[in-house]
Amino acid sequence: MNEAKNVLLVGVGGQGILLASEVISQAAMNMGFDVKKSEIHGMSQRGGIVSSHVRYAERIYSPLIMKGTANVLLSFEKAESERWIEYLKPGGQVITNTTEIVPPVLNILGKEYPHDVLDRMKEQGTKVIAVDATSVAKKLGNTRAMNVVLLGVLSQNLDFSEDTWLKALKARVPKKHIDLNLKAFAEGRALANGRG
Amino acid sequence: MGNLFLSGNEAIARGAWEAGVHVATAYPGTPSTEILEAIRHYKEIYCEWSSNEKVAVEVAQGASMAGARALSAMKHVGVNVAMDPLSTFSYTGVNGGFVFVSADEPGMHSSQNEQDNRYLARFMLIPMLEPCDSAEAREMTIAAFDISERFCTPLMLRTTTRVSHSKGIVPIGERKEHEIKGFEHDWTKWVVIPANARKRRTVVLNRMKQLEEFSNETPLNYIEQGSGPDARIGIITASIAYSYAKDVIPSASFLKLGFTNPLPFKLVEKFSKTVDQLIVLEELEPFMEEQLLAAGFDVLGKEIFTREGELLPDVLRESLREAARKKLVAIPSDHSIFTQDAPATGGGALDLPRPPTLCPGCPHRGSFYVLKKYKPIVTGDIGCYTLGVLPPLSMMDSCICMGASITNAMGANKALKGTDKFEPVVAVIGDSTFVHSGITGLIDVVYNKGNVTVIIMDNRTTAMTGGQQNPAMGKTIRNEPTHELDLEALCKSIGVKRVTTLDPYDLKNLDTVIKEEIEANEPSVIITRRACILDRLRFGPKVVPFVVDEEKCIGCKKCLGLGCPAIITVQVEVDGKMRQKARIERPMCIGCSMCAQVCPVSAIHIEGE
Ligand SMILES: Cc1ncc(C[n+]2csc(CCOP(=O)(O)OP(=O)(O)O)c2C)c(N)n1
Repeated sequence: MNEAKNVLLVGVGGQGILLASEVISQAAMNMGFDVKKSEIHGMSQRGGIVSSHVRYAERIYSPLIMKGTANVLLSFEKAESERWIEYLKPGGQVITNTTEIVPPVLNILGKEYPHDVLDRMKEQGTKVIAVDATSVAKKLGNTRAMNVVLLGVLSQNLDFSEDTWLKALKARVPKKHIDLNLKAFAEGRALANGRG
Repeated sequence: MGNLFLSGNEAIARGAWEAGVHVATAYPGTPSTEILEAIRHYKEIYCEWSSNEKVAVEVAQGASMAGARALSAMKHVGVNVAMDPLSTFSYTGVNGGFVFVSADEPGMHSSQNEQDNRYLARFMLIPMLEPCDSAEAREMTIAAFDISERFCTPLMLRTTTRVSHSKGIVPIGERKEHEIKGFEHDWTKWVVIPANARKRRTVVLNRMKQLEEFSNETPLNYIEQGSGPDARIGIITASIAYSYAKDVIPSASFLKLGFTNPLPFKLVEKFSKTVDQLIVLEELEPFMEEQLLAAGFDVLGKEIFTREGELLPDVLRESLREAARKKLVAIPSDHSIFTQDAPATGGGALDLPRPPTLCPGCPHRGSFYVLKKYKPIVTGDIGCYTLGVLPPLSMMDSCICMGASITNAMGANKALKGTDKFEPVVAVIGDSTFVHSGITGLIDVVYNKGNVTVIIMDNRTTAMTGGQQNPAMGKTIRNEPTHELDLEALCKSIGVKRVTTLDPYDLKNLDTVIKEEIEANEPSVIITRRACILDRLRFGPKVVPFVVDEEKCIGCKKCLGLGCPAIITVQVEVDGKMRQKARIERPMCIGCSMCAQVCPVSAIHIEGE
């Protein structure tokens, strides 16, 4: 496989995006691929826009995904999926959490949160899987496991074996949270299956 | 020995460890901070957060004199601060190898300018290496120490944000212990009185000639022959631009440079004979292009590539398309740069800003809220508190570089004093920034009889760059306890008679003190002391959030004036009419109480009370 697979993870600071992209990178490494990943740190802690690019193939040069080439756009927040949509490859898959994080400035600016982004995307023919990963994680006892629920959904859309994913999770998730995260991953996988 | 998945910064740390480095110093700054944060996990290396970049370089310089391999790391503007010792370090040369990292920021993701520090290597007459990814970052760090010692010179390892922060697979090795040679007692080398420095200058110029030969021969610079028709296009490039180009136009011929000062002119000559056209691909300034043009090479560069921001793959492709359309490069219209991967369906015009803001409960907020009442000139500084410039607080008039708040205030005070344009001046500066370069400015204010009010916002950490330890915290980089700098005693000994310390959550007291100190006819310092809420959320006591009693709320929006992201307004039906009310987003509130203090009708209270 010389054509790179590109996964673009997007959302808001504090959603566990960087850990998720570590796990994907680890899984790709476990498969023997060359991997690069890139994100801008800095002010991301403070509710700002976050994106993390993960690319793998036999040989990867650039750590950045070009517009129109992402195989999967994995969005941790509903509207953020639209911000990055031009990175998606024609026919590519959007997987998004349905959680809405309304930026406080909308209040000052008098703007509305675009609740209907996913409908608009679907109307344009984009393939969208929307899951309420935050609620799933909440039921498991910790909303922060939302990122791994989404990884479970993603896992059905990339061709790594389940075993590869589980190894990657165990390598990257802190030991004291591993049980919760394995459950979250399984829930995510099941969710994706349910949607066929 | 195996592979690790490392960022460029982590790879530099690894390389330094493998190269037998014994001393590493830095002042934090994006995108360089993680280098020392990674180095501190290697026990063999003494490391420190220095009080500023000049200090960092001088400490490492001392270690080099003593015969140890030493490294300093800083962001691009940090090099400005360290230029004084660095420029003369070039003359003295090294004993133990010395490498400093300049982490540049094309695109200014979290910086005040995008200066191209490659010019500084040329200016200082020192060699420079530029890795294009993490694997090279490790490899080149190791090579850098060998070059530094072989040619007796400091060396600049230059990264950009994308090299420092991207991760890649890095083959690793073991540490090669490097014996500490002992202090070099050679006054003809290390004491730069003019008689010695003149001789050293000759040494430096000869060294540059030898380094140019090295640049032509080193495997760090190499030719990659292209394939197919694109092979006639010769791209001379370095750093991350190489990685991007390998994606956009992979079949072109490349002269890939890792060692970029001095440039390998003979190698360029050789390369030029194998291609029809030379293109210089570099982010920011025409650093290589101008030198190549001056040397008589016919190269194309900034005529087609931007000098502004990052030369991202998408930007690079668009520039090549444009150049092809204008027939500046021999790329046919059916080439893959035109056909590959057209963007997917449009959309994407999301109008949903998420600007950085002061966090809920940020201790910096109160000072700006009170300053807004008195509206003095506010000269600002660099740190989280710079966000006080944004609405609704909007209370900062300037922010230039670290430490400039106090000295800018001094100059404004001297210029306006006794004129009809007079306004009081308040300087705001963080604890880490004050130690970095505010102290000398405060001495100037007292010494030269200025009248400036300085607010030192002591949030017990270096927050902007991710919460590093600093001297005012009493913790070292490895979290060991150490002497805690006594800011009050320091300011007093400088000669400031009016020094007040207070809790910035107490708005009433803050108001009284700020008013008094602005009115005072002499310099004063107000130290607002309260730990950063990010540290509190990590280690501190449990958060007790506040709530709005919607029946009492009169919708006056005073609380919104604080600009707290946890407070929003909602429409509530009261007696059949829609009324605007404040609401606190419970999960965001950290219970600082400032909104309760500003509410004129006491509608905000602790949850459950
Ligand atoms: C010369 C220089 N070095 C480093 C930086 C990076 N930098 C920006 S703000 C900051 C720290 C500010 O800390 P502090 O003054 O304590 O304010 P806080 O962010 O904690 O409010 C640093 C290190 C810089 N901009 N310029």
